[in-house]
Amino acid sequence: MNSRSDVPTNENFEPVLTQNLKLPGSEKIATYLSVGGYQAVRKALSLPPDEIIDMVKRSGLRGRGGAGFPTGTKWGFMPNGKDVPKIVAVNTDEGEPGTFKDREIVEQDPHQVLEGVIIAAYAVGANRAYVYIRGEFFLGVKRWIKAISDAYEFGFLGENILGSDFSLDLSVHRGAGAYICGEETAMLESLEGKRGSPRLKPPYPASIGLFGLPTLVQNIETLACVPHIINRGSEWFSSIGTAQSKGPKIFSVSGHVNRPGNYELPLGISLKEIIYRHAGGIRNGNRLKAVIPGGASTPILPAELVDVPMAFETLEAAGSALGTGAIIVMDETTCIVEAVRRLSKFFAHESCGHCTPCRIGSHRIYEIMDRIEKGQGHSGDIDLLLNLVEGIDGNTFCPMGSALVNPVRSAIQHFREEFEYHITNKNCLVKTQIPK
Amino acid sequence: MNEDERGSYAPLNSNPKQRARLLAALYLAQEQYGWLSSEAIQYVADKLSLKIGQVQSTASFYSMFRLKPQGEYRIQVCEGLSCYLVGGAEPILDHISRKLGIQSGETTPDGKFSLEVVQCLASCGTAPALRINDELYERMTFASIDKLLESLGCKI
Ligand SMILES: Cc1cc2nc3c(=O)[nH]c(=O)nc-3n(C[C@H](O)[C@H](O)[C@H](O)COP(=O)(O)O)c2cc1C
Ligand code: SF4
Ligand code: FES
Repeated sequence: MNSRSDVPTNENFEPVLTQNLKLPGSEKIATYLSVGGYQAVRKALSLPPDEIIDMVKRSGLRGRGGAGFPTGTKWGFMPNGKDVPKIVAVNTDEGEPGTFKDREIVEQDPHQVLEGVIIAAYAVGANRAYVYIRGEFFLGVKRWIKAISDAYEFGFLGENILGSDFSLDLSVHRGAGAYICGEETAMLESLEGKRGSPRLKPPYPASIGLFGLPTLVQNIETLACVPHIINRGSEWFSSIGTAQSKGPKIFSVSGHVNRPGNYELPLGISLKEIIYRHAGGIRNGNRLKAVIPGGASTPILPAELVDVPMAFETLEAAGSALGTGAIIVMDETTCIVEAVRRLSKFFAHESCGHCTPCRIGSHRIYEIMDRIEKGQGHSGDIDLLLNLVEGIDGNTFCPMGSALVNPVRSAIQHFREEFEYHITNKNCLVKTQIPK
Repeated sequence: MNEDERGSYAPLNSNPKQRARLLAALYLAQEQYGWLSSEAIQYVADKLSLKIGQVQSTASFYSMFRLKPQGEYRIQVCEGLSCYLVGGAEPILDHISRKLGIQSGETTPDGKFSLEVVQCLASCGTAPALRINDELYERMTFASIDKLLESLGCKI
């Protein structure tokens, strides 16, 4: 893992997505305009839509909502022509445990995203956009609404934007507390006023989406990158990062670090460097034990593997995933069994119930994790867990199935002895090692 | 009902399909009735010309829709991993539980407080977190919780 020659040193990296956050009144349109905001919309409207799609393709931007799909390619999937109405749906449902970047963006700098939405809509020929925001984001809802009404007032939304023949209407739709509604097709169901159960894919939203119309679904951090690509060019964006992971990324760091928080850094930066340099290292001078590098649904990495570049391809090679870039840091005082029990509870709680392997399997996993943690585990429980994992992974209706097995499988892979200790000794290995 | 101010469809009210207004309508009804009684569900169904089953199906799916009465102050403690790692979740829940004399899922007899656990509030970097009604509280300690409860009129 030491051959990091393809990774830039990043010494002269300059944050762009979070550059406004330190300004007073960063959420206001006046502030955004005072730092050159909405110039990217002006520029974009002077270019043919195809050229913008091309720019985004060449930038190498990949989705920041978890799946990492190439953004420009997705825009290219939207049907051409003006005869079919098209929609852009903005995903602000952020609910992946460990992730808190989208909430900060929408609360502190909504106009940056709004600018990205307008450019995306123009590029794919959509005249209607919806923001789906997590129901619990009370301040975010307020900020989105204010930002949208100000954008109308300044002529960035509505009829004939900035005198062009492009028109766009945008409204906010509040979710109501369901993690699964972050999955793009569940989000569309919820936008239609229904239960948030995922739809079968294909058809993909780009052909049949909201109200049956072609719909572009995009995470808000992804859209926040777009104005910068327009302003600074595709080459600037693609000069940051690794071979397959380009551009700046906001990493949410939480858990046992001295300085938890959101850090905007270049993709490809070492996980170790984020933890020890940017997030201030492990609290109390403790030893690092394990890290979840990309949010609750990405596999756990043991401390030995943290010298890994934070990029889609490198994390995959290390047995995990970039996910949302949410780094949960656990020091030597952490009981891995308890950590996984907690994550399993989350997934069991959030399973939408639509398909059997996830509905039943998630609860079975939680039950077993719970009894192991409580010192009531049975001798065959580890195998039982592994069997459940095999039965669920790849057999569910939506990707939630793979998400929920990741913590369990990776924890058994790297920390099997802790599970065994719990089962055999009816006690926690960590607690016996480190008296509290 | 001014939907713009209540913040569900802003600044437009031109949602093309009637059912798409359902979540917004349920929020409004919940605000007026305090919770979604069968009366409130019926009202929403009538207003939007939807079947009562359609309204119930949606209302029961989402955790923020309350199908039974709740306290004036709804305390929601995050039990997520990041909160747990820094001393949150159960210790905080237990502390509040002792103060209010109720368990998670219950409401105080005077109807003032209810207590429940919730999943990640996207405040993991400022954990431990909890929410009371529309307000998010971060970096909680026992002392700051005591102060907070006191400011809401909790006497113990
Ligand atoms: C269970 C589940 C939950 C998800 N939650 C979110 C979310 O909260 N926010 C988000 O942007 N994407 C979420 N996604 C990913 C979306 O399905 C989709 O890939 C994404 O919104 C596309 O935007 P992007 O390409 O810009 O990332 C989730 C996916 C799954 C399977
Ligand atoms: S995998 Fe889980 S969340 Fe996805 S459809 Fe099936 S039950 Fe619902
Ligand atoms: S885990 Fe508590 S706010 Fe994320």
